[in-house]
Amino acid sequence: MEKQNIICIACPLGCKLEVEHKKNGIDDYIVTGNKCPRGKDYGIKEMTNPTRVLTSTVKIKNAHLCRIPVRTKGEIPKGLIFKCMKEINKVEISGPIKVGDIIIKNVLGTGIDIIATRSM
Amino acid sequence: MKVDVAVIGAGVIGTYIARELARYNLNIVIIEKENDVANGTTKANSAIIHAGYDAKTGSLKAKTNVLGNRLQEELCRELEVPFERIGSFVVAFNDEEVEILKKLEEQGNNNGVPGLKILNQAELREMEPNLSEEVVAALYAPTAGIIGPFELAIALAENAADNGVEILLNSKVTSIDKSNNKYIIKAGSHKIETKYVINCAGLYADEINNMVNRPYFEIVPNRGQYHLFDKTAGDFVNKVVFQCPTKAGKGVLVLPTVHGNVLIGPTAENTGNKEANETTTEGFTFLREKAEKVVKSFPYYKVITSFSGLRAKTPTGDFIIEEVQESRGFINVAAIDSPGLSAAPAIGNYAIDILKTSAGAFEENKSFNPKRKAFKPFTELSMEEKQQLIDQDPRYGRVICRCEQITEGEIVDVIKRKAGALTLDAVKRRARAGMGRCQGGFCGPRVMEIIARELNIDITDVVKDGIDSYILTGATKTIYDDTENLAAATKED
Amino acid sequence: MVNYDVVVIGGGPAGLAAAIEAKNNGVNNILVIERDRELGGILQQCIHNGFGLHIFNEELTGPEYAERFIEELYEMGIEYKLDTMVLEVSPNKTIYAMNTTEGILNIQAKAVILAMGCRERTRGAINIPGTRPAGIFTAGTAQRFVNMEGYMVGKKVVILGSGDIGLIMARRMTLEGAEVKAVVELMPYSGGLTRNIVQCLDDYNIPLLLSHTIIDIKGKSRVEEVTVVKVDENRNPIEGTEKIFDCDTLLLSVGLIPENELSENAGVEIHPLTGGPVVNESMETSIEGIFACGNVLHVHDLVDWVTEESRRAGKNAARYVKNQLASNGNIKKTYAGYGVRYIVPQQVRVANIEEKLHLMMRVNDVYNSAKMVIKLDDEVYKRIKKNHLAPAEMESISIPAKDLINRSFTTISVELEVEEA
Repeated sequence: MEKQNIICIACPLGCKLEVEHKKNGIDDYIVTGNKCPRGKDYGIKEMTNPTRVLTSTVKIKNAHLCRIPVRTKGEIPKGLIFKCMKEINKVEISGPIKVGDIIIKNVLGTGIDIIATRSM
Repeated sequence: MKVDVAVIGAGVIGTYIARELARYNLNIVIIEKENDVANGTTKANSAIIHAGYDAKTGSLKAKTNVLGNRLQEELCRELEVPFERIGSFVVAFNDEEVEILKKLEEQGNNNGVPGLKILNQAELREMEPNLSEEVVAALYAPTAGIIGPFELAIALAENAADNGVEILLNSKVTSIDKSNNKYIIKAGSHKIETKYVINCAGLYADEINNMVNRPYFEIVPNRGQYHLFDKTAGDFVNKVVFQCPTKAGKGVLVLPTVHGNVLIGPTAENTGNKEANETTTEGFTFLREKAEKVVKSFPYYKVITSFSGLRAKTPTGDFIIEEVQESRGFINVAAIDSPGLSAAPAIGNYAIDILKTSAGAFEENKSFNPKRKAFKPFTELSMEEKQQLIDQDPRYGRVICRCEQITEGEIVDVIKRKAGALTLDAVKRRARAGMGRCQGGFCGPRVMEIIARELNIDITDVVKDGIDSYILTGATKTIYDDTENLAAATKED
Repeated sequence: MVNYDVVVIGGGPAGLAAAIEAKNNGVNNILVIERDRELGGILQQCIHNGFGLHIFNEELTGPEYAERFIEELYEMGIEYKLDTMVLEVSPNKTIYAMNTTEGILNIQAKAVILAMGCRERTRGAINIPGTRPAGIFTAGTAQRFVNMEGYMVGKKVVILGSGDIGLIMARRMTLEGAEVKAVVELMPYSGGLTRNIVQCLDDYNIPLLLSHTIIDIKGKSRVEEVTVVKVDENRNPIEGTEKIFDCDTLLLSVGLIPENELSENAGVEIHPLTGGPVVNESMETSIEGIFACGNVLHVHDLVDWVTEESRRAGKNAARYVKNQLASNGNIKKTYAGYGVRYIVPQQVRVANIEEKLHLMMRVNDVYNSAKMVIKLDDEVYKRIKKNHLAPAEMESISIPAKDLINRSFTTISVELEVEEA
């Protein structure tokens, strides 16, 4: 059995969650301190597979700036953030680009694409 | 290189002397250790032209101050440098201090300061309504003024360069050898052979002297801290307001600047370190206490920047302007603390007279042009004049610095001039871009882009001021190889 | 002289939303003037996500949020000028602007919408002593360099101020390979959103030092170290708690100031607490026909609220042009009572309210469990229970017009009832 204290970021309230992990054959998580169901979901996810949206920039040629902003089109595992940055940093694209264009398909096998967040 | 005169130091004294010597057919070089002219004491001081009642009658300070004050007007007109003779007050809070005012008035009269007058409270209030009710009288000196101090030195440097003077930046003097009536100076990557040396090295004048001569004076750095306030506080005072001098110094002044800001300062601290130009919490507290004594309900929250400068003082007190006995042609112009800026033209002329006495007459340079064109700040033009300028050069139509409304045209101008700007701070000192309330937050990146373009360098090589004051540390997107050189902060869970 | 019905000064989120809404309300002759080289304002450098939850019901990045409005502006055929600086706005709504291609422009507007945004507080404004080396940036300037220009501003970083831009930049610098040593906050609570503390600091093990400040900066050419010190409850440094951080960069995220030089020169009355114009229910300033919205009016934490507020300004500017706005009449005042720092708008003309009156406000401290009490004069109109209130998070209250019409009162006030000790 392990316990972890987490601050919920599902909304601005910032509830202080306590997530208890019970291993009785099957994994069971008890979340306390949340004021809504979203807090419970967030607490369990943070314990099992924390994920984040990663935003960054990519090198671009033939554009009025030399960097174009990008993001993961969905959350990726938190543990992959720095690896993902390396993948993003390798890329150099050429304009014109439309917002939503895929810059890296299925980054690191996560099933998540990296997309441009503006047209340039 | 071989020259006739080497001026060491590109502060207001060095640039003035070089510019005046350019009236003669001489090869002149200014040797400066910093990355810009006007980058030592000249850039951080009270920015005032004293009337001349402070110094003891008969001293060099007294003579050169009163004379220098008179000369500034014509000089600033020729060079288009901002100068306004707005007058000054020394205020007294009690009878004891009124006695001091009377002594100052007498000393001023003896020094030849025109128009001095002691005003009573009512007269004073009319001229300066924001003064504290506690002020009982003031010594009024109508000839005192305010000036752009580094603007003056920059204008002198530009005009000197226009008249053939060479300026070597980033060239710290490391040795001077005297042999056969000439001097060999090693400075940065340069080796300069010269007949005459004029030592205007400010805080380092003693060290320069000691490279050749016996160490007969010492420069003791004395720090003065200042607060600069936003233009919206600008009409708070109309004149330079001094407090009565005490044993500790001339006291804290409150004054409007030529650009419409308010300046408060300075402190007076012996730091023992010629590089100690930082500001301190104690300094800020001191300034605030003193300023609040003399002006009521001052808008203190309008500070836009704080800075400090170091005065090149010497324990004996007076300026040192002389040819060194054992070294013919080596002239020290040293210990130029207050009122050095006010006295600068007179100090320079005095030094040149010494040089002429030593060297004999110089041949006149017939093509000398005493005039230097400043750009008229774009904001001060009428809408018609603005349109004309944009028609000539569209870059005047693009505002880069929002706070001061400085255009790209002006910024390019100050970079392209002789003795022009190489750095972000140099642009700021010349064109005032980044001088306003946002302190370069918006325009900094744009100005750097323009500097890089005009000087044909990479933007990462643009520096703030000194040669090592890099701003950018490289491009983003550099971490992508497989070596695990990522930030130590990485903790993958 | 060229004539427009509505001139919008600023093409950031506020200006874009206002212009679009003015057009939606039947005004065709609209001009947006933008000083930068593109539309979108500061959003273009805010590449992180978290924008649009209220307006679009999804989490967008700044550029994505901006692009939706820019596209709409294009589609509606609203005129705009880039790289154009407004030099002067007069009380009779004559505007001088300039750019490189047209030179000086003289524009007459029927209505003006001020949407110039804000600027960052600098080192001078907070008076940190020390040397003045390179390596001190406001967080927003650093953000522009890193995200738009593609340059790093440092390798070892300390951040003063835990406003959202500071937190976001802590993460951003870390991801680009810099080492962020600490975020230092003068107050006992953060100036940013909780989610940003978790996602930007906790995720990367960056310490947040609450009740701390910086009392010295060292370094001749480039920042070499800063001295951090703990402060007491009166925010005075506690001697003996000094810690020296070896760093080459100091980022400042110490607050934003509405940029109102144009407004002030036009003679618009400025509110001492918001730093923005005093406005009425229609977002109209003290000068008839000059409106204000977004960060030039008061500093927002969420762009969604900027959009909402700016739509109101745009709509009301259109109503003004069409003579549908009652210019006089009975003016009620709003009043920020206990625990509330300010309320926008400051004035209310009930006759002009369509459906609801929107009040935006900030509290002056962190409160867990409090009631916001709305009063019409001394009479309590409503109590709203709040689990959490913080200065970093703007609160908004709507009052239906029907509850205000036909009632006699002079002041609408909001105050807090705090339950805990």
